[in-house]
Amino acid sequence: MKPIIELIKDLADKHGRERHNLLPILQGVVEQEKYLSEYSMIEIARELDMPATEVFGTATFYSFLEHKKMGTYIIRICKTITCAMKGEKQILLTIEDMLKIRVGETSSDGKFSLLQTNCLGFCHKAPAMLINNEVYTDLTPEKIREILTMYMNKKEGGENVN
Amino acid sequence: MSTNYLLKRVDFIFKNENDWEDVLKKSITRPPQELINELISSELKGRGGAGFPTGLKWKVASEEKSDVKYVICNADEGEPGTFKDREILSRVPFKVLTAIAICGYVIGAKKGYIYLRGEYYFLQPELNKAISEFEYFCKEINFDFSIKIFMGSGAYICGEETALFESMEGKRGEPRNKPPYPSSFGYMGKPTVINNVETLAHTYTIFRYGSKRFYDLGVQYSRGSKLFSVSGDTPKPGIYELELGMSLSDFVEEFGDDDTKAVQVGGASGFLVPRKKFAETNIGFQGKLVGISLPTGGSMMLFNSSRSMFNVLDNYLNFFAEESCGQCTPCRVGCQQLLMGIKAVKRGDKNAQYLDKLLKLAETMQITSKCGLGQSVANSFSSIVENFREEMIY
Repeated sequence: MKPIIELIKDLADKHGRERHNLLPILQGVVEQEKYLSEYSMIEIARELDMPATEVFGTATFYSFLEHKKMGTYIIRICKTITCAMKGEKQILLTIEDMLKIRVGETSSDGKFSLLQTNCLGFCHKAPAMLINNEVYTDLTPEKIREILTMYMNKKEGGENVN
Repeated sequence: MSTNYLLKRVDFIFKNENDWEDVLKKSITRPPQELINELISSELKGRGGAGFPTGLKWKVASEEKSDVKYVICNADEGEPGTFKDREILSRVPFKVLTAIAICGYVIGAKKGYIYLRGEYYFLQPELNKAISEFEYFCKEINFDFSIKIFMGSGAYICGEETALFESMEGKRGEPRNKPPYPSSFGYMGKPTVINNVETLAHTYTIFRYGSKRFYDLGVQYSRGSKLFSVSGDTPKPGIYELELGMSLSDFVEEFGDDDTKAVQVGGASGFLVPRKKFAETNIGFQGKLVGISLPTGGSMMLFNSSRSMFNVLDNYLNFFAEESCGQCTPCRVGCQQLLMGIKAVKRGDKNAQYLDKLLKLAETMQITSKCGLGQSVANSFSSIVENFREEMIY
């Protein structure tokens, strides 16, 4: 993991320092840090020479740009209509029970955060969820237990599971 | 289930991608005007849901005087119940890339973008591979065109074209006032053609086979085929390419579970059609067809009699209240009030007549909201409350 200031500088070098490069830079910070701290938003503003309020305003608009500290693995359960009809609640309960956290919370070891999200576009394979950028579909409580166990046994820092 | 159903299956979108190099080479030797005319005579209308004539869009942008123009492929597929664009981008990416480049040639743009929703981040590596192969070929034939992916970050509203531009410009995804329209003032204030993924895939078919093959499908005002994303209470959820103009009863006969109570046509921003209106409802753009014509971005969600329509509406309104950008008051406050309102009626805190007030509020939102999100909340709200009023109360 790069220090945040270095990361922001590298991202700005890569994408550019104009306003229209802001989103890829924010996304780049979230990819490493999982969220945007106030500190990183201020640093981005300084690097791009724009008001920090503008960075904050943009960042907080997007649901995938978290601005609260998140776990290594962010679980996003789809709660839109088809997933809701096909047992999303049961999936949610299973996860809450396994990880001992509720929606919006992060596990005490900092490994998992649990969130709900709107339509993921897998209605034909509902219920669906994302863990970071990986999609999991046709979920059942048994399947969820398997998937989460796999993530629980993963060492910190390793990225791709599949 | 009867076997002599009247749905006409089509296989255009997902077949024959291997000839994209020829299609590109041939198309960019034809005069731009000829390609525009081909699109106009095909009567292709936008497949994202709004249904604007594609040929006209390209024509207007081609007539704009500007050194810099852009082509944007809208892959911010966020409408509940829609999942066809992902399938196109993963199965036939070169069709879409070719269509973006041909559009660039027609309007005089050198740059294309694919705005990909954050939820589809996993598509990126494969798509980037396709893009490099595509750009390599463009270089080989001395055709100056580049394509880049721009990632979204989980905002439904960014599928609205002007909100999408704002987002690409590094701002909050808040829709702009229209006019000016994208064809004259789009991304970075430059003339821009923005098309849905499926629309672009259809233009490939049209340039490949000629407009007649496309025009011969469908019915008057609703030409061609369309991908339908089928989900909900159906034994065969999935993606199907069908001719436009089918009747909803034929659709239900094919995809229903013999207990279909209602179908949501066009996602949460579309209309809910109850069983008694299946026969008179056609799937296609508004025109002079007999009965009701409902346009759709392809989202078809089936509900059987075990479903509570109150729960369905509650789910939609939660969705809208969260996804409203908050910029204009009718939508920001309206979505929340509708949600609180139906809950109050259900609890008995408000009487049944309060539903009429809410219907009026929905109508006001339709008239006064700035963009399609706020304007279309009334579609599902009114069609559910009017057809299933008793389920809202008891």
